[in-house]
Amino acid sequence: MKMGNGRIRTAVFFGAAVLLLAGITLAGFLLSREAMVTDFSRKDLAPGLPYLFGTDWLGRDMLARALTGLSMSIRLGLLAAGISSLIALGLGIASATMGRAVDSVITFIIDLVMGIPHILLLILISYACGKGFQGVVIGVSLTHWTSLARLIRGEVLQLRETGYVKMAEKLGMSRFHIAWKHMFPHLFPQFLVGLILLFPHAILHEASITFLGFGLSPEQPAIGIILSESMKYLAMGKWWLAVFPGLLLVLTVVLFDTAGESLRKLLNPGSTHD
Amino acid sequence: MRHHLLFMGKQAIRMILLLACVSIIAFFLVSVSPVDPLQANVGQAALGSMSQEQIGKLEAYWGVGTPPVQRFLSWASDFFRGDMGVSLLYRQEVSQVIGAKLSNSLWMMALAWLISGVVGFALGVLSGMREGSILDKVIKGYSLLIASTPAFWLALVLLMVFAVWLKVLPIGLSVPIGVEAGSVGFWDRIRHAVLPALTLSITGISNITLHTREKMIEIMGSDYMLFARARGEGGFGMFKNHGFRNVILPAITLQFGSISEIFGGSVLVEQIFSYPGLGQAAVTAGIGSDVPLLLGITVISAAIVFGGNLTANLLYGIVDPRIRRGGGSL
Repeated sequence: MKMGNGRIRTAVFFGAAVLLLAGITLAGFLLSREAMVTDFSRKDLAPGLPYLFGTDWLGRDMLARALTGLSMSIRLGLLAAGISSLIALGLGIASATMGRAVDSVITFIIDLVMGIPHILLLILISYACGKGFQGVVIGVSLTHWTSLARLIRGEVLQLRETGYVKMAEKLGMSRFHIAWKHMFPHLFPQFLVGLILLFPHAILHEASITFLGFGLSPEQPAIGIILSESMKYLAMGKWWLAVFPGLLLVLTVVLFDTAGESLRKLLNPGSTHD
Repeated sequence: MRHHLLFMGKQAIRMILLLACVSIIAFFLVSVSPVDPLQANVGQAALGSMSQEQIGKLEAYWGVGTPPVQRFLSWASDFFRGDMGVSLLYRQEVSQVIGAKLSNSLWMMALAWLISGVVGFALGVLSGMREGSILDKVIKGYSLLIASTPAFWLALVLLMVFAVWLKVLPIGLSVPIGVEAGSVGFWDRIRHAVLPALTLSITGISNITLHTREKMIEIMGSDYMLFARARGEGGFGMFKNHGFRNVILPAITLQFGSISEIFGGSVLVEQIFSYPGLGQAAVTAGIGSDVPLLLGITVISAAIVFGGNLTANLLYGIVDPRIRRGGGSL
């Protein structure tokens, strides 16, 4: 039994993913005070009815903590992925339209950033910013634009060879006019999908760098911090401290992927009949 | 032949240029850091009890007064001669520290790299050739799920299952505690590297599988595959005769491009399994503001990554003659 056609189902998937993500963000935002409450009368509880994710060694509700941490990760990911995609758009278009010299400089920079392992570059940038929130945002923004920039560059290079762009050039329209009127509408769907598919990477790297101790300060319930704290209690059999927040993180990343992929299908006319 | 040499030369020059830029960027990032080298390495209390003269000497030693460009030049010229400076935390030559850590990490990473490459390629080809089948759906679903799983969480879960619950594998370190380094058997080394290598392989496989699958689907849709099928070919023979040569090209790029990811993953994984490798040293250096070590590790790991890309480009030239004619873009 299939409900509706493929396109409607994709749209439903997309809507559900976005709604769930918004729900997680909002819930984390509302529960942020709850996440800080310590209560020793309920410490080290295994997952059960009042506390679905259990409680930690200070009696903090793990569900509230995990949601708050994820909500922060999502907001941070939005910010970093937004900046990153703007860098990618700018450099990608500049690389494809401003001549060979600019192009080779920009491809060189892309190779350069891709050459340093992400985590190492994140550590370096975070060190340069004196560690903390700022360092994470700047670090994630500066390391994630490369593949999207490459994609946009390739796309613009193809667009320049199309008939309508060549014709616009012959008609004497300015470069800016061509870029804005003729290229941007074509690029926008790709850009949007690329932007959404940047989030999962941004969130995973934010969690990783925080996990290593370079990101947010230990008082904040970031998902990386929750997981790195749980490591100390792993050998004592408190598996729920690591398992549930991690699963929630995986779920968030999967949701972003679903949202991005279904949006790609919806925006791509070629896949209308799939 | 001349074309070939020219191509190789261009690639090599590009790699040297990239490495030089990496070291400049890394040095720049480290030098704009608000972390004060004197505060970090001597300590507030010791600084307070020193005379102005002594502080001046120390400042000269750490290069507080000298402009960054001058400091960079002296660091780079030392580096060029093989002197990477002295690690502040390990109190040893940086080159020695990196050598020891790299020998621990390298074969663990190489193992993971090979496993993820071979298994990922096989899975990708299998699922790409049978697009839409149950097998394809299982492989694709697995890969997508693992691609969304952070390596460090996977490491935590594996650690919990194998070391805490089943108690079959050690919880960390590269050798057993309380055993002399010389008398560690080969078997012990393997046992301690199993979990880190397994984690890295599992995460590495998913990416390679997904990309190989995409390529394979593309190839299956091509005219020559259609024609092959029309002639009655099928199954493994069709892959051997028509698929392999076409899918191996992107696979080479993928495989050598994944070095950077394996390296990044090893930083996290080594931290969790307390495996004394290069990745763990990088984290220690970053947290303890051990600038010479951090710089050394950055340059060495970038060299390894660029070396991988260079190898891929050269292999490409050998495997696919069309690439050679165009030459590299510099």
